[in-house]
Parts: sequence; C-alpha cells; structure tokens
Amino acid sequence: MNAIDPNLQGSNDVIDMTHGGGGRAMADLIRDVFQRHFSNPHLARGNDGAVVELPPGRVVVSTDGHVISPLFFPGGDIGCLAVHGTVNDVAMMGARPLYLTVGVILEEGFARADLERIVKSMAEAARDAGVEIVTGDTKVVEQGKGDGIFITTTGVGVIPEGINVAGDQARPGHAIIVSGSIGDHGLAILSRRENLEFETEIRSDTAALNGLVGAMLAAVPGIKVLRDPTRGGLGATLNEIALQSKVGMMLDEQAIPIKRDVAAGCELLGLDPLYVANEGKLIAICEADAAERLLEVMRGHELARDAAIIGTVVEDRHAMVQMRTRLGGARVVDYLAGEQLPRIC
Amino acid sequence: MKYIDEFRQRDLAEKVAGAIVREARSGRDYHFMEFCGGHTHAIFRYGVQDLMPPNVRFVHGPGCPVCVLPVRRLDDAVELAERHGVILTTYGDMMRVPGTKQRSLIKAKADGADIRMVYSTQDALKIARENPKRQVVFFAIGFETTTPPTAVALVQARREGLRNFSVFCNHVLTPAAIQHILQSPEVRDLGTVKIDGFLGPSHVSSVIGSEPYEFFSEEFQKPVVIAGFEPLDVMQSTLMLIRQINEGRHEVENEYTRVVKREGNLKAQALVSDVFELRPRFEWRGLGSVPYSALRIRSEFADLDAETRFELSEKASREVKSCECPAILRGAKKPTDCKLFGTVCTPDNPMGSCMVSSEGACAAYWTYGRFRTRDGRTAGKEEIVA
Amino acid sequence: MCLALPARVVSIEADDMATVALEGVRKKISLALVDEVAVGDYVLVHVGYALHKVSEEEAARTLAMMAEAGVLADELEEIGRADA
Repeated sequence: MNAIDPNLQGSNDVIDMTHGGGGRAMADLIRDVFQRHFSNPHLARGNDGAVVELPPGRVVVSTDGHVISPLFFPGGDIGCLAVHGTVNDVAMMGARPLYLTVGVILEEGFARADLERIVKSMAEAARDAGVEIVTGDTKVVEQGKGDGIFITTTGVGVIPEGINVAGDQARPGHAIIVSGSIGDHGLAILSRRENLEFETEIRSDTAALNGLVGAMLAAVPGIKVLRDPTRGGLGATLNEIALQSKVGMMLDEQAIPIKRDVAAGCELLGLDPLYVANEGKLIAICEADAAERLLEVMRGHELARDAAIIGTVVEDRHAMVQMRTRLGGARVVDYLAGEQLPRIC
Repeated sequence: MKYIDEFRQRDLAEKVAGAIVREARSGRDYHFMEFCGGHTHAIFRYGVQDLMPPNVRFVHGPGCPVCVLPVRRLDDAVELAERHGVILTTYGDMMRVPGTKQRSLIKAKADGADIRMVYSTQDALKIARENPKRQVVFFAIGFETTTPPTAVALVQARREGLRNFSVFCNHVLTPAAIQHILQSPEVRDLGTVKIDGFLGPSHVSSVIGSEPYEFFSEEFQKPVVIAGFEPLDVMQSTLMLIRQINEGRHEVENEYTRVVKREGNLKAQALVSDVFELRPRFEWRGLGSVPYSALRIRSEFADLDAETRFELSEKASREVKSCECPAILRGAKKPTDCKLFGTVCTPDNPMGSCMVSSEGACAAYWTYGRFRTRDGRTAGKEEIVA
Repeated sequence: MCLALPARVVSIEADDMATVALEGVRKKISLALVDEVAVGDYVLVHVGYALHKVSEEEAARTLAMMAEAGVLADELEEIGRADA
C-alpha cells in the first residue's frame, strides 16, 4: 500500500475528526476497513451508489438504526446485530433479503481495533445470511456527541410469487407460533450493564432468520403473519399484531418456551420475560390446520428447535392479548409504558 | 428454581382453590387487605382472583414504598440532583415517579442531572469511591426490608471514611401504617372500607418477625396471616384467614414459615437501631401524617445524612388535583373510581404514583386487568370481565 | 414490595461477601445481615443482601399443608357425592 506511514500522521489507534473529513484519512479508512471486509464488486467500483439487479417480484425496503450498550456482548456485537436486525425485518415481510446499505456514525476517540472487529462481524453476518453490503457512508462526530458507534442499515429484498405476509391478517382461530425461547438477548445485554452485573451463560440469540423463513414459506406458503419480537419482546409484538388485525389473542403461559437461566435472571431483576427483547426469534401466525406442519418444519431448522404453538387468535373488539397463567387464572398482556427497569419492589 | 416453582404449581393451586370454595361460607363476604404491593402483583400476574369464589375479595393496601412517598420528598431528591449537583443514586423503581408538575427523576436525568440507577447500596458506595471529587447521595426508599441494607452502607461509609457519600433517608415502617389504616374513620366508623383480615407482609416480616402484628389482631380483632409472595402462598394464606373468621378467631398466623420467625432477624434489627431512630411524624402519600411511622438517621451519623449536609429549599410541592392515589392507597377507592384512570393517567403518562410502580394498584389494574377498552377509556360495567 | 428471591450460596468470600446462584445465574451479594450461613444454604436475597436463611423443613411443611387442604376438599367432595 502506498499510504503515508501512519506513524508520521500521528496515532492511528483511534478515530479522529479527519476520518470523517472527506480527505485522505477518510478514504484510507474506508478502503482499509470497510471495503476490505465487505469486499464485493459493487463497493469496489467506488461510486456514490450501487447499481443492482433484482429478480422479479415485489420489492421490500426496510431500515433500522442500531445503538447498543455494551457494543460487545455474549453472543454477538453491534456489527452482526445491525445486519441481522435489518435482514430479519425484510424477511418478516415474506421477502428474500438481497442487499444491505450501511451508515456508520463514529465518535471521535473510538478505538480503531474495535471498529475493525465490528466491521468484520458485519461482513461475516452478511456472508452467512447471503446478502451483500453494496454501499455505505461514514461520519465522525466530536467526542461526547455519540456513544462510540451508531450503525444504520437498510435492506432490500424481493417477495416471491404467491407469498402474502402482513400484520393485519390474523383471524380468529389462527394458531400463534413462536420459534424458540424468549428473552435471551435482553438478559444477555443486562448481564453486562454497569451496576447490574451478574454472571450467566445466557447468550444473545442474535441471528439472521431469512433461511428459516424461506423454509417455512416453502412448506406453508399461506403463512399470514411473520414478525420478530425485538424491542418490547413477545408482549409488545403480539399487541401490535392484535391491533393491526383487530383481533384478540389467548396465550398459554406454560407453552411459551423460556430458558431456565433467563427465567431466573428475570426473577432476580423483577422483569417480565414477555417484554424482554429477542434478536433471533420470530412469531408466525397461520391457519390452525397448517400449524402442526409448520411447527415440524421449524423444529427441523437449527434456529427454531424449540418452536412451539403458544396460543390462538380469538375474536375481541378490544384487541386484547390475554394469557391463561400457569396457575390457571387469566391476565392481560398489555403494551408496556417504556423499557422495563430493574426493580426492587 | 427451588422454593419458587413449587409455590406456583397448578395442581396445588387447584387443591387450595377447591378448599377455599368449600370453606368460604356463601352467606357472607370476605374482604382481605393485602398490605403489600408484592401480593397485589402476584394476585394480578397469576390471575389469583379468578380462582377465588366471588365472595372472597382482595382490597389493595398501601404497601408499595414508591407509592406512599410524598411528592415533597421526591421534589427534594430532584433538587439534590439538579441544584446541588450531586450524583443521585437510587433504585430503578423511583425513576419514573412523577413529582410536582410531573417532574420525575428520569426527566431530570434527561435534562442533564447525574442520576444513576443502582441495584444495591453496595453499588452506590462503589460510585462514591470511584468519584472522590463528587458528592454521591443515595436516595433511600423502602420498608423494613430495604432499611437494613441502607444501614450497612452507612456503617461501611463511616468505617471507610467515605466523606463524599450521604443518604437521603425515606425509610418507612409497616406496623405504623397498618395501625393508621385500622384507625381511619373509613374503616372504623364509616365502614366504607371493609377489612375482615390482613395478608401480612412477607419480606418485611423476615426482618421484623411476626410479633409486631400481635397487637393489631388483639386490639382491632382482625386476623393476620403472614403470607409469602408466591401465588400459592397468597392462596393458602387466604384459606387460613377464612378459617380464622369461620371459627371466630383473630390471631397472627404465619404461612411463610420458611423465612419468617416470630422474632425476625435480630442482627438486622440491631444494625438498624444503631443507625436510625424514629421520626415523630412522617408524611405518607394517601395516609397523611402518621406518627412514628418512619426512620431518620441518628445524630451519630449526621455527617452522612443528606438532609444535614445539603440545605433543601422550601417548596410548594403539589400532587395532581383529582388524582385518587390517596384514597386508593387507603383501600377506600378502586383505581376504576378515579376520573383520571385510563384517560389522562396511564403508565405512559402517570399522574400519580400508583400508576408507576408495578406494585401500584392502578398499574396492576391497567397492566393485568380486563375491564377497559383498547382505546384507553374505562369500560362500561357491562364490559367488566374481572 | 420488597422483591426478594431464594438463592443458593455457592461460595463465601472475604468482607462478608458471597456468591449465590439462582439456576445458572450467579450474583455477588453481601452476608452482612445474616449469621452462620454456609455454602449450600438457601438465603433470601433482597437488593444484593441476604436477609434470612430459607428453611427447607418449613418449606416442605407448607407445601404439605397445601396438599392437605386439597385432600380435605377431595374427601369432602367424595362424602358429598356419597350423600347425594
């Protein structure tokens, strides 16, 4: 490489304002970090945008900003999370995700080694999910004006012929399926939060779900609703669907898969696992008579071994999500006011 | 989870529920006040009321430390963080409680005040050690359960010579509050609040023991059963209360024997009395001024008392008019009796403390109850399911 | 009020500190408020402090009492049926 000796330019260990200044430092950063890891012909062309070919079908575009503390957590980091998050949003539309764009905002002083690690993780996640990162942008903000790194990704995908998935299609009698244990991601993050630290083997479930969705739609093309219960957890996501579809839901608490350690961590912090975030799970709603078949296909996939039917869509003009508790009583599963805070009482 | 899962078993719940249905006499009603928010939470979260016959009802009590803290004290905490520039540390429960003009700690934090949520008083001490040039105040709230950990922190700060640490003490006492409720005209004279017995505090009692309740059962002729916080504990204790009433007894019984002894935790009690003393009066939200119902830091520890260290201004603290939290905390009204409930006041935009804490009666009604329409208005009577 | 959980003591450390486990979750807590706690004991944990030991015998007794409540009810039901 013919770049100027970094030692003559000062420290290369941290990001400084020149890396966002549009000059050589920025060009070097883009070439040495982003292009190197994301290598593909679109990026290599070095244009302002990417020109891509799409197969026939309706096009889905979805965008998601990622901020998280800590940046590196058990089971993942902000890099792979930024890829999975958007790939999953596209997949939940019933589409096959194909391309991603990436916008990165760095805070002055951010360690270059951390950036490399994050970008590498993004590249691997994209490769594993079978999507290409075709264009991107980097900006640097002054120290104190960002939280290390923010990553925004936009995904583009195409819906195959005959697939029609949407949040307003749940009807009374439909089965509600979740692809696996809930709350893993949120608990893994909390275990590393300052002043809350506890030790656990719990890892984030962050994963790209497009492969699983592909297999599910191949088996049951008539799936009505797909959604990933990220922020706000299962509880918030089911409420969104109930409102969109103007239906109620009746869940069975005992059928909802949850790992023992996640349940224990939630008890310890006074949290309800129904509202704890997931990054590698999905909810599927389908006709009752297709449910067993769908479940079988899901359980054959490594990301949905613990898939379970957790409830039924019911008629309810108030669009309430209710739950039969393990004790045999009933309760409402409502939207939460905001993020759950750990509590002592 | 040992000692947790066993007390949530469905088959046992069905057995105890069966016994309650059989033994509750159809000719009368049973009104039991669960003093603690922990019980309120268990009743709603597990749908315990659904397993009760219609003549067995729970009356929600004031046992939620967040709910009973008067607005003035919260405003003081906001002042400490904003005007005195301290690092204010507190439990997560306090963060969203609205003070005067709906100002909460979480809003003060958004405006730049240094407010940090901690899980333990040990974390507050750690923050003080790591920030020797800053004043670190621990905003202490809670009943007898939460008081000993504050006492440990004060003793430790003294031993370590942590001069930048202090405590803003708001610890309150359970027996004084129960007595106040029993003496209130609503219970005693008017009979507007009917209480036939008490589900007694579980974790408070692990510290103070079951003995302090003996006075009430005697003086007010009401049975008390100390009840654990798991749903089966609540149900078994309800059964024990029904039996006492049916047999004309009014005793203190202990269902939560796996943790509560008659004398309580003597070591914790001794430590608390080394560090704290009774306040002659303390203001409770909902109950008003209650004599000898709270603790303050003893003069020996005055240098670690935030109320001594910082001069707190006089303020015109105000609760939202027409917020019924006070009456709800006394058991005199239900959340659905409040005009604000579900209209102006929701967990997203709480007007009163009962809508904030997950143990508050309003929040529990809102989150777990089935009596309102999705558009946020309280449902009409015909729509009330539970 | 007063969220507290029974957890098993897995190790006892200096300065009255200990590590407890709830399933696979481990947390460092203070033993400053309790006496004579040994590894293997269950303690009630509140805001990072052990408040009290949990008695295995008493827990078993309470569970037996709950089961008995049912037995009594079942018997009554049978008697009721026999009478009818």
